[in-house]
Amino acid sequence: MKNIRLEIFKKASLCRNFENELYKKVQDKIIKFPVYLSAGQEFIASSIAVKMQELNISPDIFIQHRGHSTYLAFGGDIYSLIDEMLGRKSGCANGMGGSASIQCKEKNIYGHDGLMGNQVPIGVGACFASKTPTVIFVGDSAAEEDYSLSSIGWASTKKLPILFIVEDNNLSILTEKKVRRNWEMHDVATGMKVKSYDIKDDPMEIYDHLKNSFNEPILLNINTVRKFWHAGAGTDGENFDRYKEEMNFFGKEGREIDEYNNKLVLGAWKKQLEKQ
Amino acid sequence: MEKTVRETIKDITRIHLLEKKSMCFGQCLTAVGWVGGTLPELYEDDGMVEVATSDVANGGFVVGAGLKGIRPIYVVRYQGFQWYNAPIIVNYACKSKEIWDIPCPIFIRSIAMEGAIGPVAGSSHHSLFQRMPGSKIIAPMTPKEYQYSYDKFMKDDDVYYISEHRRSYDNTLELEDIIYENADFTLFPISITRFDAEKARLKLEEEGYKINIIHQLWIKPFVFKDEWKKALTGSKYGAMVLDDDYEEGAASSIAHNMMIDVCKKVYTFGLEHRTAGFHPDVDNLPPSPEAIVEKVKFIINQNS
Ligand SMILES: Cc1ncc(C[n+]2csc(CCOP(=O)(O)OP(=O)(O)O)c2C)c(N)n1
Ligand SMILES: [Mg+2]
Repeated sequence: MKNIRLEIFKKASLCRNFENELYKKVQDKIIKFPVYLSAGQEFIASSIAVKMQELNISPDIFIQHRGHSTYLAFGGDIYSLIDEMLGRKSGCANGMGGSASIQCKEKNIYGHDGLMGNQVPIGVGACFASKTPTVIFVGDSAAEEDYSLSSIGWASTKKLPILFIVEDNNLSILTEKKVRRNWEMHDVATGMKVKSYDIKDDPMEIYDHLKNSFNEPILLNINTVRKFWHAGAGTDGENFDRYKEEMNFFGKEGREIDEYNNKLVLGAWKKQLEKQ
Repeated sequence: MEKTVRETIKDITRIHLLEKKSMCFGQCLTAVGWVGGTLPELYEDDGMVEVATSDVANGGFVVGAGLKGIRPIYVVRYQGFQWYNAPIIVNYACKSKEIWDIPCPIFIRSIAMEGAIGPVAGSSHHSLFQRMPGSKIIAPMTPKEYQYSYDKFMKDDDVYYISEHRRSYDNTLELEDIIYENADFTLFPISITRFDAEKARLKLEEEGYKINIIHQLWIKPFVFKDEWKKALTGSKYGAMVLDDDYEEGAASSIAHNMMIDVCKKVYTFGLEHRTAGFHPDVDNLPPSPEAIVEKVKFIINQNS
């Protein structure tokens, strides 16, 4: 099991280092459009990606605007992602997608159009048409959209092989969940006869909940903590940081992995900036 | 017996599902009536897909199917429901090729009805799609035009908004343009107004006016053909674009394009800018032959 936890950490470490560096690039005004950093939430995509590798499944993946970690965890090319941040035609979304609308054709990651929750019905429809195993990521706020909810209902009716992942950071920009609603996503989904679980972003907890993926629709509401601001480079202070906890768990090996990914990310940025 | 528009749609759908292995999505498709008899009696295993009463999400399901390259048909009955069905199609399917290089062709059968349906569902709403990029809009009213629309769609990779009208389903006739060297006035009718514009033209001719009629199949892209420009240039009192939608939309935009190209006044005549009620006295229908005759004569008298 330690191996799996380590594999997840390796992916998460790449994601975290990418976001940390991007944070600096935004601060340095090298990037001048809104950037949605996923630091703090990287164990969600990383755990799922490792499980998919183990199951030997390449699912169709539908992401939301905060998708860098999903892109990287599922093996999206870092150079194309950097080029996208630089608005280049060689970017993963032709330089049109910015941070919010990235895609990766090679890894079946479909881009988001910026309208919160659209990816839920689109992913459900794509799965209905192709019957391909599908993972749909959605924020705790976007999951509230009426069309997100009815899509989960239709996926249940049609028994589609979909994993709904609610990335629940308790925030819609800066508005907390308790201000917006008095119900929980996993309860609603359960009411729609979808097997649903409310869990933490603990990698092994996520991993363990993916055992029976794709026999039927499943929803995981995963509680997590966003490290940076909704958009751009800023932080609201010190919060619980799963990354630090996992790195400490692995001790020296963890620090080495972190260092390795830090170098990898810096090298990739250097190379792409020199290309100009 | 000649083929109706209804039979044409039915045959196209059968081929699209059974031979091309595609899907047709919509609400209450497999019930009595089969969408005005335009659908073959097929079920989910054949690709005839009943969606729930979740109009916004349903548009998204069809986009997902479109992304998978199956070229789905989407039946939206009636066009007024596009206000709920359009958002994900317009914001994702219509942009997907430009942003992500992934075309998302969808054949949207958007059906207008004759009226008596109150504030919600009557008439056409193609202008809703017209103002946003990434879609093509066509309003076939004859069997050949419908077949042409489908054939075009199958060779293209865009979202096609097919602005249908129930009143055309029984039609077997093709509609011809009439263009004179020196006409008094020119009618450019769209959708169901084409039938009543033709009636109005005949009436006006009986009264001694020379009236061109140039049928508008394509709403978007609007291509102003040279022969139409010539006809408008020679049309003494200008022209009028007739539509089954509100005038403040496709009709005004097309009229504007015409006026930029040819220095003639081009009027519009469509639904009145008010809400429709149920009773015939308060309904809001496309211009009748009598109303068209009256408006054309008014314009001519005002300018002579
Ligand atoms: C349809 C739509 N409504 C509202 C917005 C404005 N908006 C942008 S981000 C956001 C909050 C998203 O929160 P969540 O889904 O929880 O994702 P998170 O940002 O927390 O990752 C909102 C409401 C939008 N982009 N699209
Ligand atoms: Mg959130």
